[in-house]
Amino acid sequence: MNRLGDLERAVMDVLWQRNEPLTVREVGRALHERDLAHTTVMTVLDRLAKKGVVARAREGRAWRYRPAASRESYVSELMFDALGQTGDRDAALAAFVRSMSGNEAEALRRALAEIDEPRT
Amino acid sequence: MVSAALLSAIAVGCLVAAARLRRASWPVRGPYVAVIAWQALGLAWGVSTIGALLAFGLAPYQQGVFGGLVALFQDASAHGLSLTGLSKTPFGATQVGSLILGFALTLLLFYGLAVSFVHVVHTRRRHHDLLGLVAREDPDVPGARILDHPAAAAYCLPGVLRSQVVISAGALEVLDRSELDAVIAHEHAHLRQRHDLVLLPFSSLKRAFPRVAIVETYYSAVALLIEMCADDQARRERSAKELAMALLRFGTVRAAPIPAGALAANTDDPEVVRRVSRLLHPMEELSRPEAAAVLLSALVLMATTLSLWHLPL
Repeated sequence: MNRLGDLERAVMDVLWQRNEPLTVREVGRALHERDLAHTTVMTVLDRLAKKGVVARAREGRAWRYRPAASRESYVSELMFDALGQTGDRDAALAAFVRSMSGNEAEALRRALAEIDEPRT
Repeated sequence: MVSAALLSAIAVGCLVAAARLRRASWPVRGPYVAVIAWQALGLAWGVSTIGALLAFGLAPYQQGVFGGLVALFQDASAHGLSLTGLSKTPFGATQVGSLILGFALTLLLFYGLAVSFVHVVHTRRRHHDLLGLVAREDPDVPGARILDHPAAAAYCLPGVLRSQVVISAGALEVLDRSELDAVIAHEHAHLRQRHDLVLLPFSSLKRAFPRVAIVETYYSAVALLIEMCADDQARRERSAKELAMALLRFGTVRAAPIPAGALAANTDDPEVVRRVSRLLHPMEELSRPEAAAVLLSALVLMATTLSLWHLPL
């Protein structure tokens, strides 16, 4: 399980690095130091496609894979979930602190300045 | 009719009690007990409201709600869906309406719970998949994964086998070592005690009754109490001051712009302030007799409500 997760990461990193759709063979070549079997790479790409994070298109006889979105946009999506801004504060995950208003932040900043004095 | 009247009284009583509980000052001193009180009130409200509707509708059978339901189905199947038991009474039509309302409310509540559950599972799976691809591990921060983003965030992703605590790079920047440990302890408390499951019924209630202000308010009240439970847990492992400092730092840094706008969501939200002041000026914990009194009332409430479902009057 863990190893598969590792591979998925590595494959995504390759796809994100190159700015073009890649075939299974090309991905395998980019990861040659891992010495992966062709079918392994294919399985990993297939899993990623099922998760919806890579898109594939047929070109001639081979499939070409590219990331469905950039790494940054996935990070943003996660942060968006985390900060409870999807408009749907749900129990899916629990953020340490949710968004707060300007006034509140100001009140906290003042409290922080008071406590912080001995530290600095 | 008596049981219908009593169940209605309980349903109204639950709403009154919930309104008072929300304004009460003791929940802050015993968040765990308060969460149980909320659960009992919510459950009793649902059971008594549905019970009142059904008891009124099934009164002609004179067998209570459970017995009445059995009688109703026997009646319906024996007479080809024409209800002889109900057609003879003066309120026949109202009673059928009451039954339909009772069944509809039951369905709505269960539907809300199911949809919420599916939604949560789906969101978590997607979140978990993406975390696996973009979050990294850092030997300096054991027990958490790191997300490279400048905004400050710390959260946990609950799950049976693959729960995770996630800290953003922005959070690492504003927290010092001990504060970070306090935050991680807080998040692990959420995961260990499965706070997400406690919150789930309330979030599904919110889904079943969207845009109903009361439901929304109660949901946030319970959510805040749950945060306090985790705060208490973290305070036991680390120090209250470290945790309060972490909250303050998050709060003050968060006012900076966050990705993709939409910051102005929740304006009137003194939650963090309340948590911080609670940590910095600790109050006396709820005493044992007080806690026992609350728990006992919750138990009596549930037992009474359920036994009224059997009352054949």
